[in-house]
Amino acid sequence: MFEAFDATVLARIQFAFTVSFHIIFPAFSIGLASYLAVLEALWLWKKDEVYLELFNFWKTIFAVAFGMGVVSGIVMSYQFGTNWSVFSDKAGPVIGPLMGYEVLTAFFLEAGFLGVMLFGLNRVGPRLHFLATAMVAFGTLISATWILAVNSWMQTPAGFSVNEAGQFVPSDWWAVVFNPSFPFRLVHMVLAAYLTTAFVVGACGAWHLLRNTAPRRARTMFSMAMWMAAIVAPIQIFAGDLHGLNTLEHQPAKIMAMEGHYESHPDGAPLVLFGIPNSGEKRIDYAIEVPKLGSLILKHDLDAPLAGLDSIPDELHPPVSIIFWSFRVMVGMGLAMLGIGLWSLWCRYRGTLATNAWLHRMTVLMGPAGFVAVLAGWITTEVGRQPYTIYGHLLTADSVSPIEAPAVGASLVAFIVVYFLVFGAGTFYILRLMARLPRDTMPELDEGPLRTAGVTPGPAAAKSHGGHHGH
Amino acid sequence: MAIDLPFIWAALIAFAVLAYVVLDGFDLGVGILFPYFPEKHDRDVMMNSVAPVWDGNETWLVLGGGGLMAVFPLAYATVMPALYAPIIAMLLGLIFRGVAFEYRWRTRRAEFLWNWAFAGGSTLAAFSQGLALGGLVQGIPVEDRAYAGGWWDWLTPFSIVTGVAIVVGYALLGATWLIMKTRGDLAERARSIAVKCAFATVAAMGIVSLWTPFLEPVYLQRWFGWPTAIFSVIVPLLVLGCLYLLLKGIQERHDVQPFIASLGLFVLGYIGIGISFYPYMVPPSLTIWDAAAPNESLAFLLVGALVLVPIILAYTAYSYWVFRGKVDPEEGYH
Repeated sequence: MFEAFDATVLARIQFAFTVSFHIIFPAFSIGLASYLAVLEALWLWKKDEVYLELFNFWKTIFAVAFGMGVVSGIVMSYQFGTNWSVFSDKAGPVIGPLMGYEVLTAFFLEAGFLGVMLFGLNRVGPRLHFLATAMVAFGTLISATWILAVNSWMQTPAGFSVNEAGQFVPSDWWAVVFNPSFPFRLVHMVLAAYLTTAFVVGACGAWHLLRNTAPRRARTMFSMAMWMAAIVAPIQIFAGDLHGLNTLEHQPAKIMAMEGHYESHPDGAPLVLFGIPNSGEKRIDYAIEVPKLGSLILKHDLDAPLAGLDSIPDELHPPVSIIFWSFRVMVGMGLAMLGIGLWSLWCRYRGTLATNAWLHRMTVLMGPAGFVAVLAGWITTEVGRQPYTIYGHLLTADSVSPIEAPAVGASLVAFIVVYFLVFGAGTFYILRLMARLPRDTMPELDEGPLRTAGVTPGPAAAKSHGGHHGH
Repeated sequence: MAIDLPFIWAALIAFAVLAYVVLDGFDLGVGILFPYFPEKHDRDVMMNSVAPVWDGNETWLVLGGGGLMAVFPLAYATVMPALYAPIIAMLLGLIFRGVAFEYRWRTRRAEFLWNWAFAGGSTLAAFSQGLALGGLVQGIPVEDRAYAGGWWDWLTPFSIVTGVAIVVGYALLGATWLIMKTRGDLAERARSIAVKCAFATVAAMGIVSLWTPFLEPVYLQRWFGWPTAIFSVIVPLLVLGCLYLLLKGIQERHDVQPFIASLGLFVLGYIGIGISFYPYMVPPSLTIWDAAAPNESLAFLLVGALVLVPIILAYTAYSYWVFRGKVDPEEGYH
């Protein structure tokens, strides 16, 4: 058992651990930066103080999340060299410049204007300040573009040749950046970031609606978040389907693992809804299947043949169980988010969006759904790339640094301890900031029906009043 | 003759690393000096003096690392494993001090913890950078496109001295930054610390400079052979000149001069290392040309760098301009 933990396995665990933590923060800050830009634009346009209050409320949370994203990102940029030096030497000429462009076009932009956005409203005036906010938001999107170009190239490499030193040499930069899976991956990730943020903002709004602490501000953020969920969730499912078809074309083994097809289906594949992958016997135990539906979804034809993992040598199989489960978690979260979005539309139509306590409770529960879906999605795509780092060209086992297991193991333990400590504290502070009343800049002119079910207005109002003086 | 892309890139990477050293140097220095300012109010002001700019400063480190992977992948792939432990320690230090900028304001009860995270993280990051620098200067063996030494080779008396030198030097940058950005007792205290750090920094530079030529025959040749020995004479003189301006600036209560003079010390030290190194990227194993990526990669990124770096410098300067002058203790968004 223990000899399984060689340097490669430990380096993979370290990468998986640090990147999983890291992806949480960009997923949140991409969406939140855009949300902040929208809030400030609405404030400038409509001159309604509620948008400035919400801006200031979310700005502080953004700052904490962004700080965590920065420090966990620096770890990523050095880990390629420490643990994956052979990969860095070989792939550096192709992916290095893309990451270089990420730093030059995105990181400096975000960092340069973040200070102005956080500290500068009184120093530069509202218009320049809005420009700074927009630049931060723009920077997060540019950053996503480059890093997804890198990741997509590793999944579906194009536009390169290999030189005598074994390095990947770019021959066509256009083909490198716009590799076959890049557009699908970028759209899927940016939409995921927006949905993630929508559910965090929505959950926060719903929480305050349930507690009746700041009705107008809570209602505004809840309503904005629910529009986002209702509009983006269906688009995301559509985009995910297109991404799946692209993956079937370029990384069929990944789709076979996601769908649980150990065997080929010459005349129409079923859709495996549930089951337990049994990698020893190479079959899905207790499978619940819908006949022919798999072929219909993937090939848009009931009787189209679909190859299974039996068409690929064993040593090139990705780990089926992980991918099978993570894919189902992602899809499940996506459908649940769609459900909340549609439910919110119905409530909006009925005029009960701000008063339907069950909708609010479910939304609070769904607050972390975006993070779960993003993590599950990345696990699906990254584990599905195995056993390669550069799909079809460079094996993971041939990418690792010539390093001893104790060194990787010790740094892994250090990262685990530090990350749980530091990012645990950060999550705690963010949750506490969200639970706090959005700051007042003007007295709350209350309007609309007070809730009668759940929390009674009297104590809630008193509590919010008390909370006020506490800060 | 074709344009020598690896040489241009070596100059650009050197610039990025220098930009990192002087910029993050002063904000790490502010963290290193935290224990010498026990008052909460002083610490709030110290932190707010760097809070709007530290993130941009640290981005130069990401450019240094990411850029190295892009344009000198073989150097990146051999230096990182060779300096594994100091790099990991630096990253952990940067995590603690980076989050402290936000966390410190989010809690009263645990504030002391994040004060420690800020001071300890800054010191650890600076010391690790010094260890890594020492490890690089003393040489990294490479065979077959991979690091060919042991896991503790970086740990020597020399690298420990460079580690201490960097901590002291960053503390000097931090102290002169505080002279420039603060008032009253805080600035007064920073002045007296800056004087001590100035002497310690110059002493450390002297020790490292005298030691370096004996680490590698190439360095010895560089420092005492003709014509490069001219620099060996000029650089120490310039160092003494900077020290003089620094002390005079402090004595005559100039705000900006001590900081500029400290930057001068760092630039000179950096040039000194550059003189020793050239033409190596990873001494004594890889030259700039051995380590460089194919020209296709160098050219592609160079186009962007030539356009973008001036723009970055422009808006970075703008951001510093927005937050110019002394720190107002009442300001801050927290």
